[in-house]
Amino acid sequence: MILSISHATRYKFDAPVSYGLQQLRQTPKSYRAQSVLTWTTRLTGAKKQLEFDDYHRNRVELISLNDGVEELVIESEGRVEMADTHGIVGPHAGPAPLWLFARATPLTQSGRGTRSIVSQISNGEPLDRLHALSALIKDQIAYEVGASESHWTAEEAVAAAKGVCQDHTHVFITCARIMGFPARYSSGFLLLDDREEQEATHAWAEAYVDGLGWVGFDVSNGISPDERYVRVATGLDYSDAAPIRGVRMGNAEESLSVAVKVAQQ
Amino acid sequence: MSEGRFFDEMWAQEDAARPPYNSFYSWITHEDPARLRAKQREAEEVFRLTGITFNVYGRKEAEERLIPFDIVPRIISGREWQKLSRGIEQRVIAINAFLHDIYHRQEILKAGRVPVEMIAGNEALLPQMMGVMPPGGVYTHIVGIDLVRTGEDEFFVLEDNARTPSGVSYMLENRETMLSMFPELFAQEKVRNVSNYPLLLQKSLAESAPSGIPGDPTVALLTPGIYNSAYFEHSFLANNMGVELVEGHDLRVVDGRLCMRTTQGYDPIDVLYRRVDDEFLDPLNFKPESTLGVPGLFDVYRSGAVTLANAPGTGIADDKAIYSYMPDIVEFYTGEKAILQNVPTWRCSDPDSLKYVLDNLAELVVKEVHGSGGYGMLVGPAASKKDVEAFRKKLKARPANYIAQPTLALSTVPIFTKSGLAPRHVDLRPFVLMSPEGIRITPGGLTRVAMKKGSLVVNSSQGGGTKDTWVLDD
Repeated sequence: MILSISHATRYKFDAPVSYGLQQLRQTPKSYRAQSVLTWTTRLTGAKKQLEFDDYHRNRVELISLNDGVEELVIESEGRVEMADTHGIVGPHAGPAPLWLFARATPLTQSGRGTRSIVSQISNGEPLDRLHALSALIKDQIAYEVGASESHWTAEEAVAAAKGVCQDHTHVFITCARIMGFPARYSSGFLLLDDREEQEATHAWAEAYVDGLGWVGFDVSNGISPDERYVRVATGLDYSDAAPIRGVRMGNAEESLSVAVKVAQQ
Repeated sequence: MSEGRFFDEMWAQEDAARPPYNSFYSWITHEDPARLRAKQREAEEVFRLTGITFNVYGRKEAEERLIPFDIVPRIISGREWQKLSRGIEQRVIAINAFLHDIYHRQEILKAGRVPVEMIAGNEALLPQMMGVMPPGGVYTHIVGIDLVRTGEDEFFVLEDNARTPSGVSYMLENRETMLSMFPELFAQEKVRNVSNYPLLLQKSLAESAPSGIPGDPTVALLTPGIYNSAYFEHSFLANNMGVELVEGHDLRVVDGRLCMRTTQGYDPIDVLYRRVDDEFLDPLNFKPESTLGVPGLFDVYRSGAVTLANAPGTGIADDKAIYSYMPDIVEFYTGEKAILQNVPTWRCSDPDSLKYVLDNLAELVVKEVHGSGGYGMLVGPAASKKDVEAFRKKLKARPANYIAQPTLALSTVPIFTKSGLAPRHVDLRPFVLMSPEGIRITPGGLTRVAMKKGSLVVNSSQGGGTKDTWVLDD
């Protein structure tokens, strides 16, 4: 299956910005189940400085805002060929060793809430336990657009009992690590069957199971990722895999709009 | 005159000075003590004027304090130095190989020579360096190996400094002061030169530039600024290397390169000798609140357009918990036994070791795993009962945060006091430069001396002083 994707991020600043940098992680990965056929990015109000692959093999582009910019637009589009692997990403690869994914990060510190979730998972086969975990989190943390703050930790999401895909993913990662599975954050695009315009980029979790390799879990949708899930960036948590992170000078307020379109060709 | 229990580097033998000190000893015994006292005062004045001062944390009333300088040199024979420098070189090669391994294939963990938990759970590990090959393969461009001596042939490594070792400016100033005050001494003794250190540092850094740079590489020194305790050293080194001294706000990413602002625009930098800690280097990639670094610096590094000296993430090699594995690390990468010995170390994370340490606390030195500068440590034999008990509580609360070592009988070298020569404990920090072209070890290094009688703590933040260090051409 070939998916065509377009992704536009638009920042409006209420005052001219003299200097700023943004790190983009927006290019889909190429691996066994996914090959990028074409991918281009167009910048308005900014200039590309450099690019490299980070320690999760995410393609990173560093861009600088043009002096005096009031509007920044980042537009990417391309075509990606997808194969269905039934949620299995495959063996571990890349410079980051597996044990790194067993470490807690600031956003995935375990606490009373996540430990309580883990205590409700009964013994059994690894894959069954992880599916049970995913279902339990979906059950206990209501999906609610705009319910959470982007800097929430896993524990904060459990305490609030609501959140978005980012929160579901952080809670899953935290719990999976408590259970002894290396786990990571994955962000990307998702083809929804009933529409072309998407809410935003999506996020889901991956856990490492001996014998199977990395296995994906989309907690928010209650399924394992299939050929509709385009993996873009992975990391220990959101901060490693965020589509954009930036710094800029001055105190201009920004407003942000994101448009994502995914369609089957 | 030796105090028996301790090896004195001048007086360890009966009747006569040890051979390296022969000539110096006969000189000083013929000198008029009043003249020497005047010279000592003159030396202090020179240091005051050149402004070698050191901020002592938590002592507002004495924000800038002079580091005491003693006019009696610490003298090492050429033969002694040959063995030491072989051991230092071996250790630095091993440290660099270890860093490359940890950030690539982790063979030493797979072989079980260092437990995975020691690395996986270590705050000094920088995951972002995984898979990164620094330009020329060099991680540690500047290393300080702290050595202590306990006998004629007994040297131990006390700790490795693989992040941003400081103190080399004192080594240089000490020599310059001695040369100007006692030129006659240098006429009669063949003392190896150290004053070319800034030139060699500049050369070594330039050799470490990314490949494919057109023309001569541009080197700059990044300082946290004038409030940093080592600011004097930063400006001293930049000045003597003939390179720009820059702060974070002078730098910016331009056209994919690290550049410094000049009156004519932005000039690219190829090698940044940074005296700013990893976490403050780049607010975009590390601590967002840091104002000392440069946003995007790590991205430029990752794209291969600049060399950072030392490379980010080298702290995993000088962590005090890793230290105890150094004999294994040296053997694993060099295939040889370590030439320089480690001090026996108990890791308090291990229950049996913790029990031993708690049972023998009053005889041991206990250090924080991530501490430096002599802060947060317990010197059992010198501490009061109350201090020992207070430390016992801290140790029980967070055992993995501590290591313990026997109290070493550090060697002494005399200092010049009002009542003549008197032995004081010393250590030695040799400075090592590494580039893709090779390793350069400055003959000698910085000798730190505990000015207080009987004290074993030589850190300048704890009242230590310094001496000129001589390596003789035998």
